[in-house]
Amino acid sequence: MNPRLSRRAAAKGFAAAVAAPLALGACARDKTDHPTSVTQAQIDEAMRTPTEITFWTWVPGIEKEIALFEEAYPAIKVNLVNAGQGASHYSKLRTALRAVNGAPDVAQMEFQMIQSFAITEDLLDLRPYAMEGLEEKFVDFAWSQATGTGGEIWAIPQDTGPMGMLYRNDIFEAHGIEVPATWDDFAAAAEVLHGADPEVYLTNLAPSQGAFFAAMLWQAGADPFAGSDGADLRVDLESEAAVKVASYWGDLAERGLVSTDADFNDQWYQALNRGKYATWVAPAWAPTFLTTAAASTSGKWRVAPLPQWEADAPPVSSNWGGSTSVVLSTTEKEIPAAVFAQFINTDRECIETMAFEQSLYPPTRELLEDPEFTGDQLEFYGGQEVNALFAEISDTVSPDFQWAPFQDQVYADFTATVGTAFTERTDAVAALGAWRDRIVEYAEYQGFEVTGS
Amino acid sequence: MTATATARKARAEAPARRGRTNRSGRAGYLFVAPFMIVFAAMFLVPLIYAAYFSFFREQLVGGTVFVGFENYTRAFGDAELWTGIGRVGLFFLLQVPVMLVVALFLALALDTGMVRLSRFARLSIFVPYAVPGVIAALMWGYLYGPDFGPFAQLAEKIGASAPDFLGADLMLGSLANIVFWEFTGYNMVILFAALRAVPGELYEAAAVDGAGPWRTAWSIKIPALRGALMVCLIFSIIGSFQLFNEPNLLQGLAPTVIDRAYTPNLYAYNLAFVGQEYNYAAAVSFILGMVILVGSYVFMFLTNRRSRS
Repeated sequence: MNPRLSRRAAAKGFAAAVAAPLALGACARDKTDHPTSVTQAQIDEAMRTPTEITFWTWVPGIEKEIALFEEAYPAIKVNLVNAGQGASHYSKLRTALRAVNGAPDVAQMEFQMIQSFAITEDLLDLRPYAMEGLEEKFVDFAWSQATGTGGEIWAIPQDTGPMGMLYRNDIFEAHGIEVPATWDDFAAAAEVLHGADPEVYLTNLAPSQGAFFAAMLWQAGADPFAGSDGADLRVDLESEAAVKVASYWGDLAERGLVSTDADFNDQWYQALNRGKYATWVAPAWAPTFLTTAAASTSGKWRVAPLPQWEADAPPVSSNWGGSTSVVLSTTEKEIPAAVFAQFINTDRECIETMAFEQSLYPPTRELLEDPEFTGDQLEFYGGQEVNALFAEISDTVSPDFQWAPFQDQVYADFTATVGTAFTERTDAVAALGAWRDRIVEYAEYQGFEVTGS
Repeated sequence: MTATATARKARAEAPARRGRTNRSGRAGYLFVAPFMIVFAAMFLVPLIYAAYFSFFREQLVGGTVFVGFENYTRAFGDAELWTGIGRVGLFFLLQVPVMLVVALFLALALDTGMVRLSRFARLSIFVPYAVPGVIAALMWGYLYGPDFGPFAQLAEKIGASAPDFLGADLMLGSLANIVFWEFTGYNMVILFAALRAVPGELYEAAAVDGAGPWRTAWSIKIPALRGALMVCLIFSIIGSFQLFNEPNLLQGLAPTVIDRAYTPNLYAYNLAFVGQEYNYAAAVSFILGMVILVGSYVFMFLTNRRSRS
């Protein structure tokens, strides 16, 4: 007898016995039991059959896109649930998936979480349901982020965050600072500015913002988890590029030339409003975010491209944030769910609504090339055509960046190591090694085969 | 008063009731059934399930295996967990005595009847308990703020620098202060209610014996509060060791000071919902439960023995 197998079976039996009376009417379904090919006739029939699907998202005002979908497919009803944003959304999603009950059919998912949910087989591969020409609709980097190493279509891109730099024109002018084109210029400007006014920092380096640091690694060409596939995990944080990024920001923090406040809290909003930070190195969704978060500073901001490592080379940017729609593998309504996920992210009226009303930065070529979108002049930025600038940046985002299959743990470990080194002004490069060690330890415990640099 | 009266009455009726034991017994079960069903479904079953769960290891890659006590041996050697337990232990020693002494003082003061607007005072001391934790954390987060908080601004006005309330050195004290603010009123209400139950004859007897208000408080009221104080203390032991809300909310302000294992409950939460180590989180929770159980028991044992000797 194989003790391991029988115990596992016993565990499942017990779990089912415990869960059964609680989860009345729940239908535990094998996650892998989905069709591998679907005909157009099947799709048409499914879309004519009255069905209800559930959609979890935190995007405010998305009722409009849902209404457009329901107009196009009157037989399908979409139930909208806001289960919180970010971490609370994901932990509720995980709980529902583990309980095999109550998980939605379609959910909002940020790019960096796709691998984490794919590894636990919670995402439905959308290849059998993909409409013609789906891939060509999206910019390369967004598409590559939404797909798996084996060509699986895990998600439909909804919005992106190509990285640029928001800066306070008034502060720059008052101190005679030129907009930095390279990171060297940026460091020099940090020194000049903080020297001239000790209350002001060129930027804030948030110690728990793993996503920002990931974007910095991405731009520098460090791709720590590249080549990872399934149970094989490659962790490379010793690369020249990774060390360069860590030592650059570690040095600025150590010399006290940038502040290291935690971000997205009241303190940080206050600081933005009161001009404690002269720049925010931030993605394409930041300009709109700032108009409400720092409303009192309207007209003082401008947007510039992300500073570069090489002055003469073609510009390179990266991405921070943005999200997608995924279909969960627990769904029993694959076709309506998959059609819905594609519809809201590709239908012309839907993507326009998202761009203009929800201010989500589009991943679709169609909109990025549309003068109506790029020509939008924002008063908050002195009338600058911010969308046009980010559309240019979007083209320079490298498609080569792979996320860990447990990205939330990677971010938590970042805060505990590199982030802590930033606030405590200790050696950030040494902390980079500590970060790697924690990732490796965790990965091995979770059963991954880890190969190093 | 009513409680003792009913008890006396019940005792008097006891012999007559013996004949009906069976029927009333059945009715009794019926009455507790709604509670017992919910208790079993929402507490016992999840507890048993979590205990069972803690003997397995589910990996992201490779599925689930039975591992016996492996999660527990790992937890016993886990420095992060024991640092957290030590930290909440220290928190208990720092915070609880101060809170209970102040709560006791307030309850005694209100009980003398000499405080004007006693009802209003009672309510305003109790109000922080009714403020939702999220609001409290937002408020304190602002007060502690190193740049724009009132203490920081005041200090700047007089040319000094305010202490870093959210720094590694002061964080535990800052948390203790929030918990003090939240729970002093709560404990005061428990103690005050217990004082109201002290029979008036005792005060009359004390007055006849010539005891003033201080003497009455010391020799009559405080001994009469023994039971209520024990309840407050046990609640405080549990509350301290399960500290979660306040550090979880302040984490947004000081993410590198309040790490993932700052308190044992925070650790279990992060293990489960960030690291997806559900099995290990279950084991950690059970160990924390044992620590609390043993702590409460030892405490009760010590106080009982002392009162007997």
